[in-house]
Amino acid sequence: MGFKETGVLTLQDMVKAGLMPTEERLRKGPVALLECPEQIPCNICVSACPFKAISMDKVYDLPRLDENKCIGCGVCVAKCPGLAIFVIDISKSDKAYITLPYELLPRPSKGARVKLLNREGKVVGEGIVVKTWEYEKTWVVTVEVEKDLWFDVRAIKVEGV
Amino acid sequence: MRDYRIIEHPIIDFRRGRKVSFTYNGKIVEAYEGESVLAGLYAAGFRVFATSPQGDRLRGAFCMIGRCSSCLSRVNGIPNTRICIEPVRDGLVVESQNGIPDIPLASGENERVVEEVKEVDVLIVGAGPAGLKAAEVLGARGLRVLVTTDHFRAGGQLVKQTHKFFGDTTYYGGVRGFKIAEKLISNLSKNPNVEISTRTFVYGYFKEGFFGAEKIGERSVNLIVKARYVIVASGASERSLLFENNDLPGIMGAGGAQTLMNEYGVKPGEDALVIGSGNVGLIVAYQLLQAGVRVHGIAEVLREIGGWFVHAAKVRRHGVPIYTGHTIVRAEGKDRVEKAVISQVDRDFKPVPGTEKEFNVDLVLLAVGLQPNYSLLSQMGVLMKYLPEAGGLIPLRTKHMETSFRNVFVAGDLSGIEEATTAFIEGEIAAYTILEREGFADAIEKRGRILDYLWNEYRQSPVVQRSRDAKLKVTVSEEEMERLRR
Repeated sequence: MGFKETGVLTLQDMVKAGLMPTEERLRKGPVALLECPEQIPCNICVSACPFKAISMDKVYDLPRLDENKCIGCGVCVAKCPGLAIFVIDISKSDKAYITLPYELLPRPSKGARVKLLNREGKVVGEGIVVKTWEYEKTWVVTVEVEKDLWFDVRAIKVEGV
Repeated sequence: MRDYRIIEHPIIDFRRGRKVSFTYNGKIVEAYEGESVLAGLYAAGFRVFATSPQGDRLRGAFCMIGRCSSCLSRVNGIPNTRICIEPVRDGLVVESQNGIPDIPLASGENERVVEEVKEVDVLIVGAGPAGLKAAEVLGARGLRVLVTTDHFRAGGQLVKQTHKFFGDTTYYGGVRGFKIAEKLISNLSKNPNVEISTRTFVYGYFKEGFFGAEKIGERSVNLIVKARYVIVASGASERSLLFENNDLPGIMGAGGAQTLMNEYGVKPGEDALVIGSGNVGLIVAYQLLQAGVRVHGIAEVLREIGGWFVHAAKVRRHGVPIYTGHTIVRAEGKDRVEKAVISQVDRDFKPVPGTEKEFNVDLVLLAVGLQPNYSLLSQMGVLMKYLPEAGGLIPLRTKHMETSFRNVFVAGDLSGIEEATTAFIEGEIAAYTILEREGFADAIEKRGRILDYLWNEYRQSPVVQRSRDAKLKVTVSEEEMERLRR
């Protein structure tokens, strides 16, 4: 079953759509994953990127990432209307860092322990929030997770106070 | 008594107005200025508002935008009032109406109706994305524009869209829908050429180019409008779906729930099931999560998710299952939904016995498509075509959005169900065509560029192929339209 049936993207889907950065680039440090596999008419990420690392000819093209220009700053994470961009950092030896958009309550805070949810919303572990910032009510949250979860964790559940 | 208002929301800061009180069936209900009577009652815990015409079935809220007949009530003695677009105010006397009402007695209210004649350059029926955008373009060039909406607030469905819009920054891409509405309305309010008339229902077209509009207010006015051009941008209404007990209170249009939670900040329920996985269903499911409602699932009759993957992924990663190949077969409950049952369907979309799944929910949201609000066009005799894939009866138009009625234009969902970005664009195209006729030299070139973007770029996206094809079927050449007019 493909993502049109499941609503869940696989690594193969990303590769097939030409959206996957090279392994070499992934190992170097934080980089954006544009998880946008359909040709929707939208180019907000192109104008959002301060480093002009994302490009598109027509408004409905799939976004192309210049992985050498991308520094993994996460501005696109906050601005993507589809909440479809994540910044992944697997350059450290034991942990992975996932930067994701968050638009629910309660608001996350730095240092908080949160539940890690995979692409189907299943709890796959716990992680620590290491950074948060907000843009137009979209929180951009970086969580530290077990390294092998870098492609699985796509949401967090913040426990109420 | 419990207050169902949302205090803290991740996206919207609800700024409530002054406290007012009115009576409902003799009981005092407190609400906030800016709320509709229905929203105020919902916040106070009322869920049943009327009965079927025969009086034997209960009616809850359904469309929340003044289109369906679920909330017909008696307000200050006037029956058949849609309380979803009736603003709360002090001292209002609201009574629920059971079945067909008696003829209203001649009241003081009726006697106060006065007539007013207004001449404008352009009458725009509808204050949603298409109407407001057209008004902006026309007003900027000094044309006198009257925009009408039957709601007491302009903005149409934009005011309840909490997501950042897709597209290009030219058409507000990256800006949340309700923020776009605020921006457009604030711009228009600074332009003395543009008047937005709320609570104004354009009820008919008359000889010699006159339109009749009912403007409701402290002093109700029968507004007779003479306009040289008209843009009808009256939007669309939600469809229902056939299944057992589909009228139980708690079953409402997806937009009905959006209105409650995003326009008024009232929680529509605690546990929801969404029917339909088009973008509307997916987006409303996400908005329910943001409003603190548990979403038990989304049922989709087709084998694939209908809407965009990115919208589906947003709800999937928060644990919302999407049941493709499923439809709702019945709802159960005494005087409101308590349970909903979905079932797998076979290749002919017939439920497969033994595959039922039950959900204990108090809210079932139908996101199964929209139909254009074409009644005014129909009364005018505008030529239409039946196109199920675009929502039903759709007005024929030229690519400049002009109908078979010369100088009468259409834009937005009324002209075939699509979405807000194309509604902005169609509004602009209609407006530039009017400007061309008014002798503005740059109008043709501006319109040409917009048309090129719309047809040769935006609508070339494979994910909007279906609406592009539908719109092509109702778009005729100038020559063909001339022939049809004769």
